[in-house]
Amino acid sequence: MINFEYARASSVADAVRQIAMAPGAKFIAGGTNLIDLMKEDVERPTRLIDITALPLKAVEEMSDGSLRIGALVPNTDLAYHPLIQQRYPLLSSAILAGASQQLRNMASTGGNLLQRTRCPYFYDVVTPCNKREPGTGCSARNGLNRMHAILGTSEACIATHPSDMCVALAALEAKVHVLGPAGERAIPFAEFHRLPGDTPQIDSNLRRDEIVTAVELPSPGFADNYTYLKIRDRQSYAFALVSVAVGLELSGGVVREARLALGGVAHKPWRDPAAEATLRGQTPNETNFKRVADTLLREAKGYPYNAFKIELARRALVRALTQAAQGTPQSQSNKKIL
Amino acid sequence: MARTSKVPSPIGGLTQPPAKIEVTLTVNGVEAHLQVAPWTTLLDALRDHLDLTGTKKGCDHGQCGACTVLVDGRRINSCLTLAVMKDGAQVTTIEGLAANGALHPLQQAFIEHDAFQCGYCTPGQICSAAGLIAEGKAKTSDEIRELMSGNICRCGAYPNIVAAIEQAMGVMRDRS
Repeated sequence: MINFEYARASSVADAVRQIAMAPGAKFIAGGTNLIDLMKEDVERPTRLIDITALPLKAVEEMSDGSLRIGALVPNTDLAYHPLIQQRYPLLSSAILAGASQQLRNMASTGGNLLQRTRCPYFYDVVTPCNKREPGTGCSARNGLNRMHAILGTSEACIATHPSDMCVALAALEAKVHVLGPAGERAIPFAEFHRLPGDTPQIDSNLRRDEIVTAVELPSPGFADNYTYLKIRDRQSYAFALVSVAVGLELSGGVVREARLALGGVAHKPWRDPAAEATLRGQTPNETNFKRVADTLLREAKGYPYNAFKIELARRALVRALTQAAQGTPQSQSNKKIL
Repeated sequence: MARTSKVPSPIGGLTQPPAKIEVTLTVNGVEAHLQVAPWTTLLDALRDHLDLTGTKKGCDHGQCGACTVLVDGRRINSCLTLAVMKDGAQVTTIEGLAANGALHPLQQAFIEHDAFQCGYCTPGQICSAAGLIAEGKAKTSDEIRELMSGNICRCGAYPNIVAAIEQAMGVMRDRS
């Protein structure tokens, strides 16, 4: 870890002012990813701006039925919040599927969105990595790429986004509220993270001088028919090989609305609204679930060690859709997959 | 493969080392005033500044849980927390769990159930379990296992750790 200066932000406006003045600065909240990356010399900020005292810790019901989650709400508090458990159990389940309770106690809502890939080459500063040092090459394409992406990859980068929470937020069509020197704006979740293309060093469309202030959940929570199914190498405290967030609205024996998001397979939580639309008006059965899984994965591409993820994702999608349709969501403590 | 990163200079992007910062922590009920560098983790502050070496440094990357302590009653990884960010906080370490000369029910239960071999992960396991009991979310052994998954035991004492936590939960329920 290089030496750095430490400062505290006294208000959200002050935080935005401070980051604009110091080009080498970064915000710090939970610190669970940033401090780790600083210890590895992957991140080398010259100044940390501590935002933990800012008043962004509330979960508020809005008059239009949406919920506004402050960027500093810890992951644990969000997962166990009564309104989240009742109305958005998909989000609660996804949060509890990730990390450990200690890390969830520390990690913030905004920070979860901004955590960086766990690609081992990104972490290892003696290997080339276009995300860490643009133009040096991708070590993963011909390296140990078992954990890597199968969708939306580029020549430059095949890293995955590591978050579980974000997979649920993608399915729920959350919005990310941010503040910058030019004022506030709201970014639809599908446009928050980006694909690597030829600039994999840029993870999201948040600008350097902007701060995440809140995440907004629109009213539909899919509380009756949902699941978060996470497949990983060990049963807890491991990143996803493949994860699936599903929210279904069923009535009259057919699917009215289907939301599907995949984790562990791309540089961002993977949504395909066109594939989801093919389920509307259809009977929730295995044939239709297999068809939508095939559509969703039609452009999936495997690398030497991760081609297994394509079939794994296909089966996980069918299993997760079945769990959601039956109203039997995956338990995050009893790991038996039914 | 060629090394692509420049070795960072000792003082990073700064022309002078930053001044040390005064931090007040209440550790195990005792107020302590420390002068720490911005990059001193809470773990290093506890071990190197306060000589509380019960809290262990295992991986130093938040992957093993050996550094788990309670901050304002919540269990966290002290290796991924900067001491300057915890100014004014109440910290409980393994040294602070026993009260009035008696072991904490978790400490007693870990001994009775032989819930360790080498013992290196044990302070973190016990602080984590104290956090787990305070949270009140774990009712079944499956839930204990899941909510203790942030604490790795390379000796593999897991079955006995779960049994010890179940016993301590019962003892603490009966007392309250």
